[in-house]
Amino acid sequence: MIDLRHVSKTFRKQDEIVDAVREISLTIAQKEIVAIIGPSGCGKSTLLNMIAGLYMPTSGAVVYKGARVSDVNIHVGYMTQKDNLLPWRTVRDNIAFPLELAGVAKGERVSRADQVIAHVGLDGFAHRYPHELSGGMRKRACLARMLLYGAETALLDEPFAALDAQLKLAMHDLLLKLADEASQTVVLVTHDLMEAVTLADRVLVCTRRPATLALEQCIDLKRPRDVLNVRFTNEFKELYDTLWERLRVEYHEDRV
Amino acid sequence: MTAPDTDATAGLRDAGANAGLPVLGSGFMVICRVLLGLVLLLLWQGVSGRLIDNFFISNPIDVGTRLVGWVADGSLFLHIWATVYATVMGFIFGSIGGVVLGIWLGVSPFTSRLLNPYLNALNALPKVALAPLFVLWFGLGIESKIALAAVLVLFLVFLNTYAGVREVDQDLIDGARLMKATRAQVIAKVIIPSTMSWVFAGLKISVPYALIGAVLGEMIASNRGLGYLVQFSGSQFDSAGVFAVLIVIALLAVALNFLVEIVQHRMEQWRVVGR
Repeated sequence: MIDLRHVSKTFRKQDEIVDAVREISLTIAQKEIVAIIGPSGCGKSTLLNMIAGLYMPTSGAVVYKGARVSDVNIHVGYMTQKDNLLPWRTVRDNIAFPLELAGVAKGERVSRADQVIAHVGLDGFAHRYPHELSGGMRKRACLARMLLYGAETALLDEPFAALDAQLKLAMHDLLLKLADEASQTVVLVTHDLMEAVTLADRVLVCTRRPATLALEQCIDLKRPRDVLNVRFTNEFKELYDTLWERLRVEYHEDRV
Repeated sequence: MTAPDTDATAGLRDAGANAGLPVLGSGFMVICRVLLGLVLLLLWQGVSGRLIDNFFISNPIDVGTRLVGWVADGSLFLHIWATVYATVMGFIFGSIGGVVLGIWLGVSPFTSRLLNPYLNALNALPKVALAPLFVLWFGLGIESKIALAAVLVLFLVFLNTYAGVREVDQDLIDGARLMKATRAQVIAKVIIPSTMSWVFAGLKISVPYALIGAVLGEMIASNRGLGYLVQFSGSQFDSAGVFAVLIVIALLAVALNFLVEIVQHRMEQWRVVGR
C-alpha cells in the first residue's frame, strides 16, 4: 500500500548539504503496523514527512496506493510528540475539526465527536481546552481526531515520548485497539525499542544519518497483544535482544 | 491523570485574577494619593506668581476657572467630541487596514518580499510628516485628522498582525492540510485564530497612538478639537487654557486605556484571546 522506491532526501542549509535519508526502499502492506527505530536525529521523521507528502524526496518516489505522492497526502493522519491540537478550540471542536473542514453539519459533527470522545475515554472533557488537559488526555484527543476522520494510515512520530511509563502502556493499548477496529495501517517512528517491539508487526532499524535500513525484523508475536505482559515472554526477549544487538552499533558509533 | 488537570485549571484561574481589571490599592493608599495631589496643587498655587511668573505656569484656580467656563458654555464638549470622534474613526479604519494588510502579506510570501523595501521605507517615515498631505487631500475638516490617526494605527497593527501570521505554528498548518483543509480554510480556521492574540496586542498599543494622531492633526490645521484648543490657547499666551486642555487630554487618555482594559478582560473571558 505504501511503497518507497529508492527514496533519498537531502536538505540544503546555506552552503551545507545534509543527507537525511539515503536510498531507502520499503513496502508497507495494508493493516500492517511498522515501527521505524533509530538514533535521534537520524532522519526517521523526514521519512514520515515524505510519506505524508509534506516533503518531496530529492530522488526516488513515494507511492501510496499506486499513485505517486506529489502533494499533501490526505489519506494519512499524522501525530507527533507535539499534540497539534488547536489551542483556541475545545476538545470536542478539535476532534470535530476534520468534519468541519469537510462541511459536515453541526449536529452530526457534535454527535459523532461525542461518540469517539467516549470511545477514547475522554467523557466529561468535551468542553475543556487543550491546555487544561494532561499530556495523556491530549494524546487521547489526537487519537480520537484521527479515528473520527477515518485516516487509512496513521503516521506516528514518537507520539508517546513525553509520557511516563504507566501512561505509555495505556496509550499503547488504546492505539492497538483503535488501529485494529479501524483497520488502519500504522507507521510508527520511535527511539524506544520496547515500544517498537510491543506494537509492531515489523521493526526496521535505521542507521545514523543519512538514514538507511540496517535491519528488518518481523515481530511474530500473536495478536491481540497484551501490551503489559507481552514483554515478559521469551519470544519478546529474543526479538528485543536481536534488535538491540544491531541498534547498539549505531549508538556506539555515535559516541566516537 | 486527574491531578495535573486540576493543577492546570487552578493555574488558569490565578492567571485570570491577575489579568483582571486594575484594583485600586487599599483605602490607606487612596488617601495618600489624594493627599499627594492636594499638596502638589497647593505647591503649584503657592509657587505661581511668587517664585515663577504666572504667565508661564498659570495656577490651579485660573485653570479651574477656565475649565468651568468652557463646561458652562458647552464649548469643551464640542472639542472633546471632535477629538474622540477622530480618534475612534481613525482607530477603526487603521485597525481594519492593518489587519487586512498584515494577514494578506503574511500569507503571500511573494507579495511580502516584493513590497518589503517599500513598506520599510513607509514605516521609517515619521507619519506626522504626512499631515500637510492629508490636509491637501481631505481638507481642514475632521477627515484629515481621521487619516492621520488611521495611518499611525495602521502601521502598528499591520506589523503586529504580520508578525503573528509568520509565527503561526507550521505543524498546525500541516496538520490541517493533511485533514483536507483548503487554503481558504487554513487561513480562516488556523492562521487567523492563531494570529488573534497578536492582533489584539497590536490594537491595544495603538489606542494611544490614535489619540496622538487626532490631537496632532488638530494642532496642525483645524478649528475644533482638543488639539486645536491647546494650540489656540498657546497662541493667545493663555497658559491657564493650555493647562486646562492638557488635563482634559490626560483624562481622555486614561479613559481610553481603561476602556481597553475592560475590552481585554471581556476578550479573555470569551477566550477569543488566549492559548
